[in-house]
Amino acid sequence: MNNPVISANKLSLTYQTNDGPVHALQDINLDIKKGEFVSFIGPSGCGKTTLLRVIAELETPTNGTIQVNGMSASEARMQRAYGYVFQAAGLYPWRTIGGNIKLPLEIMGYSKEQREERVAHVLELVELSGFDKKFPWQLSGGMQQRASIARALAFDADILLMDEPFGALDEIVRDHLNEQLLKLWARTQKTIGFVTHSIPEAVFLSTKIVVMSPRPGRIANIIESTLPRDRSLDIRESQEFLDIAAEVRDGLRTGHADE
Amino acid sequence: MNKLRFFWHKMGPVVTVLLVIIAIWYVATVWLNSAWAYDKAKRADTTISFSQMVSDTMIQDKPLLPAPHQIIKEIYKTTVLKKVTSKRSLIWHGWITLSATLLGFAFGTTFGILLAIGIVYSRAMDMSVMPWVITSQTIPILAVAPMIIVVLNAVGISGLLPKAIISMYLSFFPVVVGMVKGLRSPDQMQIDQMRTWSASKNSSFWKLRLPSSMPYLFASLKIGIAASLVGAIVGELPTGAVAGLGARLLAGSYYGQTIQIWSALICAAILAASLVAIIGTIEKYTLRRMGIQL
Repeated sequence: MNNPVISANKLSLTYQTNDGPVHALQDINLDIKKGEFVSFIGPSGCGKTTLLRVIAELETPTNGTIQVNGMSASEARMQRAYGYVFQAAGLYPWRTIGGNIKLPLEIMGYSKEQREERVAHVLELVELSGFDKKFPWQLSGGMQQRASIARALAFDADILLMDEPFGALDEIVRDHLNEQLLKLWARTQKTIGFVTHSIPEAVFLSTKIVVMSPRPGRIANIIESTLPRDRSLDIRESQEFLDIAAEVRDGLRTGHADE
Repeated sequence: MNKLRFFWHKMGPVVTVLLVIIAIWYVATVWLNSAWAYDKAKRADTTISFSQMVSDTMIQDKPLLPAPHQIIKEIYKTTVLKKVTSKRSLIWHGWITLSATLLGFAFGTTFGILLAIGIVYSRAMDMSVMPWVITSQTIPILAVAPMIIVVLNAVGISGLLPKAIISMYLSFFPVVVGMVKGLRSPDQMQIDQMRTWSASKNSSFWKLRLPSSMPYLFASLKIGIAASLVGAIVGELPTGAVAGLGARLLAGSYYGQTIQIWSALICAAILAASLVAIIGTIEKYTLRRMGIQL
């Protein structure tokens, strides 16, 4: 239980470009424990998405080590240790919602019965039951993103990585989806890594907030949230919420000060 | 009433253009064939009026430019009035050309798709094959066709196959180019997504790349089938004018049978248009089923 699910040690990533090296990540040390909801927040270019991609082995660090489930990131990816939700829903237009959710299951070789069963289960989790026969274009943007979350949940990965999944949606839909996501997290007990650039979103969702600063991308502050795990949107009016939000904002400011 | 209006809305522009072409055609017929009409009158030591000249240009046996109704009459005579087994039937000749076209198209499409897969998945093939594919199309088909016929004949292959190979030579090219682009059309996010599922190359091909390439494939097939028909006709020219629309064209030009040439040409055009239309229909149906809105 005490072993971290994700553990980064002195992680750095440098891109070689024509204008010289770009330090996307520098000296990242981070432990994420099982069942935590961790948000990565910071201005654009701070490496929050890059860090998430390194965890998913979509990028390879130039220095340091990263461990996922006690394995290297590469082994973890091979064993399908995580579900990844991208900024865009990325559903295939030629597949129904059910067909889209089945896609990773087909690739991973689940049997037909298992596929049917899991589609029904995850659609229920994201409150889209009855939509499995619909095509993506028949759904709103918010519903499409929920379907893409369902797809990431369909196989047995206990880590869920989300890269600004609600970034393209309006605030009302976003609030609703945030609340749903918390419920889903409570039911499934997954460990979640969540990239965002919204302070209220980060504070509302997370048990741990990683504040990052740009050039070079590094961690400015890690804030452990004192809010209870079971929370509703009303909590955003509480003093405790505002205090944490202020702390995040402070972290973002210090990160920017030495630019 | 509404139905009629809808029909006119769709067909109106096409019919208008057709009528304009036919009008220009008749004017050109009179203009081009008038010399022969006057010539004939001069040799008979008579003079003809303008209206006599005009009516003569419409009924000549070997006109420079046959009038549209002469061609229609000839096509009617050689399709409806002839048995399809007759060597004078355009349907018989058309079928011979069509079978070579379809076989060549099938070869060309298969070969084109296989080449595209090779180019997309192998860097070495990407670097080495593509320049040759492009070079192959810069050589005039008229120069290559007789050689293919002769060489294959020497090894005992004749008839349908050599023509189909010439057809293939023309039709694989648009398929390669379209499919390379189509198979590469998935964006970085979709490829990353496959990676997060640790998908095999096989899965990403069948589930992502191939379906994504469908709109590109159909665009290529439409060009490919028309090119196939051209290839089949060109393939019929050096075979000594035995059979097929190409043979009809060649025989017509040997004997100055302009009406026969034009009716074969028109038949080839109708055939090409029908083939492209059939592919267009399959395309519409397939892409709509795939949820891709055109």
